[in-house]
Amino acid sequence: MTGEGAEDIEAIEVDLFVEALRRRYGYDFRQYNRASLTRRIRNLVTTFGTGTIGQLTDTLLHDAARLPEVISGLSVPVSEFFRDPASFACLRRDVFPALVSYPQVNIWQAGCARGEEVYSLAILLTEAGLYERTRIYATDISPDSLSRAAAGIFPARDLRDSAERYRNAGGTHSLSDYYHSRYEFSKIDTQLMRNITFAEHNLVTDGVFCEAHLILCRNVLIYFTNPLQNRAIGMFADSLVRTGFLCLGARENLEFSPERQRFQIVNAATQLYRLKPIY
Amino acid sequence: MIGASAGGPAALQTIMAGLHADIHVAVILVVHVRADTEDLMSPLLDRSSKWPVTTARERTRIEPGHAYVAPPGYHLLIERDRRFSLSVDKRISFSRPSIDVLFESAADAYGANLVGVLLTGANADGAAGMKRIREAGGTALIQDPADAAVPIMPQAALDMAGADLCAPLPELVAALNRMCRT
Repeated sequence: MTGEGAEDIEAIEVDLFVEALRRRYGYDFRQYNRASLTRRIRNLVTTFGTGTIGQLTDTLLHDAARLPEVISGLSVPVSEFFRDPASFACLRRDVFPALVSYPQVNIWQAGCARGEEVYSLAILLTEAGLYERTRIYATDISPDSLSRAAAGIFPARDLRDSAERYRNAGGTHSLSDYYHSRYEFSKIDTQLMRNITFAEHNLVTDGVFCEAHLILCRNVLIYFTNPLQNRAIGMFADSLVRTGFLCLGARENLEFSPERQRFQIVNAATQLYRLKPIY
Repeated sequence: MIGASAGGPAALQTIMAGLHADIHVAVILVVHVRADTEDLMSPLLDRSSKWPVTTARERTRIEPGHAYVAPPGYHLLIERDRRFSLSVDKRISFSRPSIDVLFESAADAYGANLVGVLLTGANADGAAGMKRIREAGGTALIQDPADAAVPIMPQAALDMAGADLCAPLPELVAALNRMCRT
């Protein structure tokens, strides 16, 4: 058997796995970029010890209890506190002053994973005096990720390693003011958790989640094919208040999305957009 | 498809400076750098070669005659329609971008039409990728560990995957020019 033949079998297995997940459980990964999806499925084969993707599909079909683990494996890239400090500094400089004029601010973080970036945002909002009037909706496709995010417990090392990024993001206190460490774990201060609501939301199949002044969706759309990326951008535009802000990951590319026309660029380097007013 | 780590920038400059500009291929490079660094490698290589060298952007089509560098902090992958995609999945061999991630996806996309080149480096990244390239019918060129600034990475790949050619840098450059012309 040639190497090329072996690859074709894997491509078929990936298709069947995706189809099984959709028809049995309603999770639709058909419009995810195949290269990363295939890697994640291979990782699941290793974790589950099934040997082949075909056998993983078999397990998935017959054992519904394993579903959360599968969804978690297909969706969670663990993030970092203050990843891309320049993006957070940009929010502070270009977005927060516009939010001050609203008596109540809604922020939607779509694809919050385990919450590192949500809490980073909550810290900067606190320092800007905006947190009290803000409600943050943090959504993700994975229930496992959401429960971890809501618990607010992280390896102590993750927070220690983030102090420099926090300062580069424009943090004005000490990052250690915002968590309590015990042994090798740190718990986020409950003050930061008060105005955060964690909820399940699937960008593939669900619709507008809330009316938001700012939407963050960082390094999520990079896993989507062009049609799905475009769907998500359109949904974000529909969710934003007039001249609301959209913050994406620093390396995302919207040039193939027609819905991009509804936005003007605020800062290209940090991929910060603003909804164009409708005349 | 070229991967390098510790000591890599100098080796990549040597390769890119030696590659003929008229060969009809795309060159894609991964070098291990800190995630928070700017795009330093592409302007550096752009200046020191006849090739236009840019940092790879997601969703863009891979064009022959161009060289692309993986952006710091992201894995670079190639889809079957030969466009770039990015991921922030966990580090592989402590690295993001990881050479394995690029090489494995490139092997799936290009099969036998792929040449993988692995240079100096201080960890085992690239070994699994090289194995997959060879399994898919592609060609593996590995820098002679004795010629590498840091021999660990090329040695790990030799041990796991073997090579179609294991040689010092100048010979790798000559082989690339020869192979890619025909």
